[in-house]
Amino acid sequence: MSEKIYKPGNYPDLPPPPGTVGVYGWIRQNLFSSISNSLLTIISVVLLYYLIDGIIGWFFLDAVFDADSKIACRKIDDGACWAVITRRVGQFVYGFYPEAERWRIDITFLTMFIAFAPLLYPDIPKRKWLLYFSLFYPFFAFVLIMGGYFGLQKIEYSLFGGFMLTVILGVCGIVCSLPLGILLALGRQSNLTVVRTLSVCFIEFMRGVPLITLLFVASSMLNYFLPPGTNFSILVRVIIMFTFFSAAYIAEVIRGGIQAIPKGQYEAADALGMNYWQKTRFITLPQALKISIPGIVNTFIGLYKDTTLVVVIGLLDPLGIGRAALADTKWNGLSTETYLFVALFFFVSCFAMSRYSLWLENKLNTDKK
Amino acid sequence: MVVNKNKSSKPVIEIKEMHKWFGNFHVLKNISLGVNQGERIVICGPSGSGKSTLIRCINRLEVHQQGDIIVNNVELTGDLKNLEAIRSDVGMVFQSFNLFPHLTVLENCTLAPIWVKKLPKKEAEELAMELLTRVKIPEQALKYPGQLSGGQQQRVAIARSLCMQPKIMLFDEPTSALDPEMIKEVLDTMIELAETGMTMLVVTHEMGFAKKVADSVIFMDEGEIIEQNDPKNFFNNPKNDRTKLFLSQILNH
Repeated sequence: MSEKIYKPGNYPDLPPPPGTVGVYGWIRQNLFSSISNSLLTIISVVLLYYLIDGIIGWFFLDAVFDADSKIACRKIDDGACWAVITRRVGQFVYGFYPEAERWRIDITFLTMFIAFAPLLYPDIPKRKWLLYFSLFYPFFAFVLIMGGYFGLQKIEYSLFGGFMLTVILGVCGIVCSLPLGILLALGRQSNLTVVRTLSVCFIEFMRGVPLITLLFVASSMLNYFLPPGTNFSILVRVIIMFTFFSAAYIAEVIRGGIQAIPKGQYEAADALGMNYWQKTRFITLPQALKISIPGIVNTFIGLYKDTTLVVVIGLLDPLGIGRAALADTKWNGLSTETYLFVALFFFVSCFAMSRYSLWLENKLNTDKK
Repeated sequence: MVVNKNKSSKPVIEIKEMHKWFGNFHVLKNISLGVNQGERIVICGPSGSGKSTLIRCINRLEVHQQGDIIVNNVELTGDLKNLEAIRSDVGMVFQSFNLFPHLTVLENCTLAPIWVKKLPKKEAEELAMELLTRVKIPEQALKYPGQLSGGQQQRVAIARSLCMQPKIMLFDEPTSALDPEMIKEVLDTMIELAETGMTMLVVTHEMGFAKKVADSVIFMDEGEIIEQNDPKNFFNNPKNDRTKLFLSQILNH
């Protein structure tokens, strides 16, 4: 290729060689860069075709969505028998919450998004007013779900179950464990020996004990430790245990974030005359939490999935409901469908958390814009 | 050389027979130093000589173990109330800028005035914009520090300190982390600041700046003040051999 001659300082920006950028360039570089690669691409496409064909067939095309039993399903088609889900979807979602009162759960669930919106999206319009609602929401949700006030029928916690139970445990655990985790992380870094020792003991104990043990403690022993006369419902006790357990993990994640902040940040804050709480609020925590987002969300997702462990103390989470369904002679043997459905629910929730955390990380990244 | 008309005989910093140790290591040995209001002092010396530690003792980022440091008639002790009062009167500029990366330039400048000095937000913002204009970067106010060049960041750091309306400014090697082409913009800002009559203690290797601005130059080595003199005599007739050696090393290349 003939090179043109430019005067020094006048060399123009030339376009890249053809076939290296754009869709065509990408396909060429990634899929057909050599003969063996091209072969692999073609084989993969063929395999994918058969795989996807089979999956779509089983899930949708050959699936049965309504029937009276497994045997009835099999008579209609040989794909998945989703009837086990569709016939029991109410139980999967609400547990044994009375059917006539389920609207209360629906309203609580939908308004939860309004309550979370101002906390999760700082740029939302009218944020201040929405925040008042967020503050008021826990009482609102409690009254609506439990009943017993304003003429609402009182519902026993033992009727709770299914996805509703997962969401209650998960959301309460997540919302309570973040502030507690922050306090523990600060406590562990504190100059006050008593505060530091207590924080370290709490964190190490909670991390060193299996969650199942804590749940058994919650179900059987916690009342011995509490002052006589107090009697929390098992639901509250389980939420406390989940909160403590994940707060310990979050505290360690945040401590990592705090330690990653350069010393110069504190010196600058000191030099400006800021006191401990001002430093913590404006300098330490905003930076430490930003660094810790992946770890915090990791812990949240773990907590959310661990809520299925409550089945060991007799609470019916979605897996418990699923097992109950499978124990029914009509649906015997449909475990694939049941567990896939429960898995899908957990995947959607956890994937949403993960995407939100990515979005937040990007938003808080002030280095490159 | 800028003639200092602002210099007075009113002492704002008095250091008397001050010692400091890092563990067993004796970093500062018997330091006595008086700084008058409006005075500009440049401190130089080889690395490890204790010059940064000395100015960091003045706002108690480092704690001295013996002797007295009196700033604005208040003695530096462990008392937190005294300390926060002194720190809001003494501005400090660091080698590595230490801007808060999660806050915009404007927020960096208004944070301490709003929360430490309890200035209303609007007033703090007006003051910040005024000072950002003085360091010639008002147009960057809404950007984040990570989007600015080193020289711009250091000028923001100077403006941030000035927003607290300090009586004394400490500079800890403000140009050492900068590319050569950005050193001048920061030095110009400091020279302008000197012209307003600010009391300044500057640790630096920029001897041009010392010659131009300083009322007095201090040479430190191994934790001691070896020599203190006005810039003319300091550069032309250094008395101590170690000063001569140091000057020959940094000036002749």
